[in-house]
Amino acid sequence: MLRYRRPAPGTQPELLHPPYVSSIKRAPTQPLIQLPHTLSETTGPSFSKEVVPPKGFDLTRQHKGEPLGERIVVSGRLVDEDGRPVAHSLVEIWQANAAGRYLHKVDQHDAPLDPNFTGMGQTLTDEEGRYRFVTIRPGAYPWRNHYNAWRPRHIHFSVFGPAFATRLVTQMYFPGDPLLEFDPIYNSVPVESARKRLISIFDWATTTPEIALGFRFDIVLRGRNATPMER
Amino acid sequence: MSGETTPSQTVGPYFSIGLGWLNRCDLARGASGGERVTIRGRILDGEGQPVPDACLEIWQADAHGKYAQPENSQEKSPAQGFFGFGRMPTNDRGEFSFTTIKPGSVPGPDDRPQAPHLEISVFMRGLLRRLVTRLYFPNDPANPADHVLNLVPVGRRATLIARPLAEDPHILEWDIRLQGEHETVFFEC
Ligand SMILES: [Fe+2]
Repeated sequence: MLRYRRPAPGTQPELLHPPYVSSIKRAPTQPLIQLPHTLSETTGPSFSKEVVPPKGFDLTRQHKGEPLGERIVVSGRLVDEDGRPVAHSLVEIWQANAAGRYLHKVDQHDAPLDPNFTGMGQTLTDEEGRYRFVTIRPGAYPWRNHYNAWRPRHIHFSVFGPAFATRLVTQMYFPGDPLLEFDPIYNSVPVESARKRLISIFDWATTTPEIALGFRFDIVLRGRNATPMER
Repeated sequence: MSGETTPSQTVGPYFSIGLGWLNRCDLARGASGGERVTIRGRILDGEGQPVPDACLEIWQADAHGKYAQPENSQEKSPAQGFFGFGRMPTNDRGEFSFTTIKPGSVPGPDDRPQAPHLEISVFMRGLLRRLVTRLYFPNDPANPADHVLNLVPVGRRATLIARPLAEDPHILEWDIRLQGEHETVFFEC
């Protein structure tokens, strides 16, 4: 059996990151125990076409009217660390509307809800691991982590990949956002080159004439070792 | 190499918008046979306060120890219709509850059988990566020899084993404590 590689040091956030205040009372304090990869970790749920709404990829067509804001296309490839496409894998996204407001009872930000925007999408990657969403560029929004704290514009991503071990939830950011350097969540990833991979790339190839700017966001899941399983 | 794994980020407080459509707390649906159990508990933070904005995901084998997945190389075929995936948020009191069947034994390292267990991911605001843990079943004769349980210091193993209710042994209680004296064991998956 092949096992999944462990991440290189500093390429994933530490669980305790005090500048992100919510981590202080929620991050475990005991050291994590290394879990050997058995069938329980190398298998995972795979979702069929029937489960995923066919129009789940288009967040601008879920209501009677069109949402307000700047229409964008967000697309990319889901691959593993060895560049192999991860095909037929579920990708889920959620986000704030153009004004920086989530359709959620806990969000009290004084910005308007958009009756034509829910902010949730889902799709399956194709044979080549590609996915594509049509949505609205989300607004920045304030939060209470520290004085005058604002989250940079972002889209939440949830992906499964082939196994329990490859499950990943992350956030996609936008190039040139001045809030990135002040954001404790983005900056929780110690290695700069790793955290920059959370920033999407403006992309002419997905930019659609007269319709929408395009952003490319490739997502890399863990690769597998060719060495026999640890015993 | 095409690069390193994309860094994880927190689900934040609003994950129900994007994840709620796939909530499933009846994992027993479609199972043929197997012992039905309800598992319920609370998630508690470092101050013992319930966590009302967490999401759990479950991955488990069927009653025969078979995962519903093509990559599964075992010869047993999955019980028809059994999926083995669950997702549920905690409520305002930090409680979660789901119904499933007790899985069979799945092979572990050196093909030695593992004790029946559920794989669990925990997501919440404040967690920059998911937490991974396992739930084991009370009084299972395979627990003492389980490879993973034996990696855990003796004094902490009980945090991974659900407790049956005295009045109904098919209801199991299992709390997740993020910090403190009885901090749940979490794994680097
Ligand atoms: Fe957010």
